[in-house]
Amino acid sequence: MISDVIDNEQVEILLNDVLENHGYDFLEYSPASIKRRIIRLYGLDNFVSFAEFRYTVKTDKQYFKRFLEEITVNVTEMFRDPSFYKSLRNDVLPVLGTYPFIRIWVAGCSTGEEAYSLAIVLKELNLLHKSLIYATDINPSVLEKAKKGMFPLTYLKQYSENYLQSGGLKDFSAYYTANYSLAKFDESLNSKMIFSTHNLVSDHSFNEFQLILCRNVLIYFDKGLQHKVFNLFDSSIEKLGYLALGSKESLEFWPKAREYKRVKMEKIWRKL
Amino acid sequence: MAQTIGSTSCEALIIGGSAGSLDVLLEIFPALRSDIRFPIVIVVHRKPSNESLLTDLLKSRTTLAVGEADEKEFLIPGKVFIVPADYHMLIEEDRSISLDYSEKVNYSRPSIDVTFQSAAEVFKDKLVCILLSGSNSDGVEGLKCVNRLGGRAVIQNPNTAIMPYMPQQAVINVKPHVILDSHDMAQYINKLND
Repeated sequence: MISDVIDNEQVEILLNDVLENHGYDFLEYSPASIKRRIIRLYGLDNFVSFAEFRYTVKTDKQYFKRFLEEITVNVTEMFRDPSFYKSLRNDVLPVLGTYPFIRIWVAGCSTGEEAYSLAIVLKELNLLHKSLIYATDINPSVLEKAKKGMFPLTYLKQYSENYLQSGGLKDFSAYYTANYSLAKFDESLNSKMIFSTHNLVSDHSFNEFQLILCRNVLIYFDKGLQHKVFNLFDSSIEKLGYLALGSKESLEFWPKAREYKRVKMEKIWRKL
Repeated sequence: MAQTIGSTSCEALIIGGSAGSLDVLLEIFPALRSDIRFPIVIVVHRKPSNESLLTDLLKSRTTLAVGEADEKEFLIPGKVFIVPADYHMLIEEDRSISLDYSEKVNYSRPSIDVTFQSAAEVFKDKLVCILLSGSNSDGVEGLKCVNRLGGRAVIQNPNTAIMPYMPQQAVINVKPHVILDSHDMAQYINKLND
């Protein structure tokens, strides 16, 4: 990958086109990351000039779908950071279990691996029947995949190890059936999920939750946008509800952070 | 082997390595000057589970400040930044750090190529990148980019590397500024300060 075929100015031109023609605002994403994604896609799709690339992104609706899917990072994992899921299982969900009804928002859910992991823990704590998981993403095509609950079989060995390390109680294979190269997860898990597009940059709060999970999404945003999204979450979390972030993300430096209390050593905060 | 360093100063040093590179780092670190005037970034391939091990090891061998790189943190002179396991690290124009959990590059996350390329765009001819021992070819594309943008590509002498493949690939594919034996590395870095 030649990393300097598109310069910073061209990135800005392209992102302004995207905003004007398609209504998606990437101008407050971390510049180096978004530039790298753009150059990666330019190379993958064999464009020969910036002008051609720009024209295609601007005018070709079908191509824009691909642009959206490739420009955002959709790499995710089941039970990523097992100690995090252990803390959800032992410290957070049992508290929420005392409520008559549990509303959870997985923001930036991508292909759904975190939502399914969460559903498995809820099921083992016998809470899934009274829970509802709202799983949202900016990108409609990843949500289509998430709805199906089918993940590549080659990853399942790693997921199963993560699951056991996170305090999982069962044989992980009880949750899926292998179908050629895919593992299809039990439909009882996604019966309690609602999938919907939601853009953290431009869309508003749509409900009140006791737990919001947004892991490895904010690292792609600049500081100003991170704070806006924290404000959005703040207006969407009930008092005494929880906010869970990725392993390198933090509420630190956000002005309202002192209204939240960290849960043990994990990247989980409770609203006071 | 020693070449004269041009008049351009060093504003950032990035060291990339894979299998066999820890020994070199442990040799370099105790010999580093305590008044280093540029940030040092370490990109080493490793298992995600050994989270703070590398940071602790290096911390115990230098008086320089050592810490795992946090997202949005600024690169500051005289501090050593360890790229966290399982994230790529990029550098922004304002010299702050962006972390990225995108696809692996060269089967690696962190990828040395990613950080070398990103640093080359920001620091251009004020950048020095060192590639150490390893058994895949991550870092080679990155060094090419460093060269193209005027920075200095430094490669560990493959004969002194526990795993020679990575520096060998670099020597074959990149015109190095200098090739160094592992025991000359610390002195080279200290001289970048002058």
